[in-house]
Amino acid sequence: MTAWRAPWRWAAWVAITVLLLAAPFLIEAAFGRAWVRITDVALLFIMLALGLNIVVGFAGLLDLGYIAFFAVGAYCYALLASPQLAIHWPFLVLLPLGAMVAALFGILLGAPTLRLRGDYLAIVTLGFGEIIRVLLNNLNRPVNITNGPQGITLIDPLQIGGFSLAQTHSFAGLTFTGLHSYYFVFLTCAVLSIIISRRLEDSRIGRAWVAIREDELAAASMGINTRNMKLLAFAMGATFGGVAGGLFASFQGFISPESFHLIDSIMVLCMVVLGGMGNVAGVVLGAVLLTALPEALRYIGPLQQRWFGEVFIDPSDLRMLLFGLALVLMMLFRPSGIWPARRRLVKSMTEKQHAAV
Amino acid sequence: METFVQQLINGLVLGSIYALVALGYTMVYGILGLINFAHGDITMIGALVSLTLIQLLAAAGIPAPVILLLAGGGAVMVCAILGLSIERIAYRPLRRAPRLAPLITAIGVSILLQYSAALIWGKQYIALPKIIEPAQLTIFGAQLTSLQAAIFLLACTIMAGLLWFIKTSRMGRAMRATEQNPDVAGLMGVNTNTIIAFTFVLGSAIGAIAGLMIVLYYGLGHYFMGFMLGLKAFTAAVLGGIGNVGGAVLGGLLLGVIESLASGYIGDLTGGVLGSNYRDIFAFLVLVLVLVLRPAGLLGHQGGDRV
Repeated sequence: MTAWRAPWRWAAWVAITVLLLAAPFLIEAAFGRAWVRITDVALLFIMLALGLNIVVGFAGLLDLGYIAFFAVGAYCYALLASPQLAIHWPFLVLLPLGAMVAALFGILLGAPTLRLRGDYLAIVTLGFGEIIRVLLNNLNRPVNITNGPQGITLIDPLQIGGFSLAQTHSFAGLTFTGLHSYYFVFLTCAVLSIIISRRLEDSRIGRAWVAIREDELAAASMGINTRNMKLLAFAMGATFGGVAGGLFASFQGFISPESFHLIDSIMVLCMVVLGGMGNVAGVVLGAVLLTALPEALRYIGPLQQRWFGEVFIDPSDLRMLLFGLALVLMMLFRPSGIWPARRRLVKSMTEKQHAAV
Repeated sequence: METFVQQLINGLVLGSIYALVALGYTMVYGILGLINFAHGDITMIGALVSLTLIQLLAAAGIPAPVILLLAGGGAVMVCAILGLSIERIAYRPLRRAPRLAPLITAIGVSILLQYSAALIWGKQYIALPKIIEPAQLTIFGAQLTSLQAAIFLLACTIMAGLLWFIKTSRMGRAMRATEQNPDVAGLMGVNTNTIIAFTFVLGSAIGAIAGLMIVLYYGLGHYFMGFMLGLKAFTAAVLGGIGNVGGAVLGGLLLGVIESLASGYIGDLTGGVLGSNYRDIFAFLVLVLVLVLRPAGLLGHQGGDRV
């Protein structure tokens, strides 16, 4: 990248921007409207994966219950913007609120687990995720808060001023359905997440996280406040999850505890690891691939029909089989992910040392 | 009092099954430092294989003890081969890979096993044909079936046998050496690859027996049953101190008892507000508490890091 001359870089950026802005219309024309929806979901997963990347990739804290923060954000939005509690707060209040509540939960999880490391941390976070899900499932008695397994319906769509994203709008000869409008909101948030992640990576905080990841004891003896830094990582990661959760609730209009299973936490973790842990671009790639891959595998059912005249294997089972196989094969052939992080800090250090000699 | 004894009995039986599955997690973790996510699903395969064998053999009119022996043997064989091949194909190439890579393959293998089972056995619950009629015993007013007693005793025998095997046999000594330091063990003439493969076979075989026990105990099998079971068993292993074989036994029994007692009493204690649907939470609540107070588990090595 750095080798490119400035005008080319500008041209590349302009091309990417135009492509991203035109994406929902191009995708609709090429693959149909269902794929616009999948693109929207992929953008949400980019945010989630980037959030988890802060915790797992930067700070090296293995979190297997990350989806809980997504759930907290989603329920926070759903409860305060639906007929469930008969409260309808505006989106611009709820989004930061959801982020804050999720961050609080992140600290709640982080504080008791500070002394744990590695796999003990993994199992406690996993337990935390399950606890949140069971609570959401059961908080319909004695007082009905979350409506239990039925979930919350009729959640308000995003509305900024008088502009509701659920309605169809026409602008400059293009038709914006809800899916298109949400795309642009999600795109904005995803791009913001990418920028925040990149800025964090190179910041003093980001370097402190990497130091903790590599050797906590050494980091502490270099004067890094490991307690605060780890809590900050949890809170930051949770914030991303909370925001994505709020957006998800308004996008779907319906949420239930079923959307927040352990398998979803694992899915996000797979995105991070498969894409390339610690590398923002890799994580984004992982999120897009792992959202698109299971959807693309849906087409296997009709293909069987066409090639063999009948459906041998239930397509949804086959899809999961292939997904499992893909995970194994990917890790066997590229164990550090598709697009691994470069060790820039280490490299520049040695270069400097060579220069000094 | 009756409730207490009853829940204690139920908890110990359930806990002994947890403990058997936990052994598989803890042995692999001790040697490789890998959370073998697929272990719960290996147990599930063991359960479903033995279920199918029981169905087939019962239809052929073979006496019950022979059926159980054959079903157990078949499940052990299948799971041992499965464990061996998974280690060889999915984990061994990743021994020197970044720490999270084998975890992802383990998750991939787990998904593969689940949906292979869904293809072979279908997604519905499979019922066990009635081949044994357990006798009822009454102890302190609580019911104990001969099946429960048999499960508990067999589990304890296996665990004691395993502990003895690891403690005294040549192979067990090699396992302990590999656990402490694979490289040095290799220099001392231990074939670490064989030891690791053997550990997988041993863990999977014990898991298969646990699978048979669950099928007999609940009378049901399902392609997804390994997930929650694996989660609980792993929790048990961490509770006892992961990597510690005795700890897995203690953690399993403890987890079973806590779960049974808590779900038996929570309704009364809270005046019916909270029901036994909170059952799955207790396991994790206890786990979080234990780890906060004793971060390396009950029997784990506490001290700090060597620098």
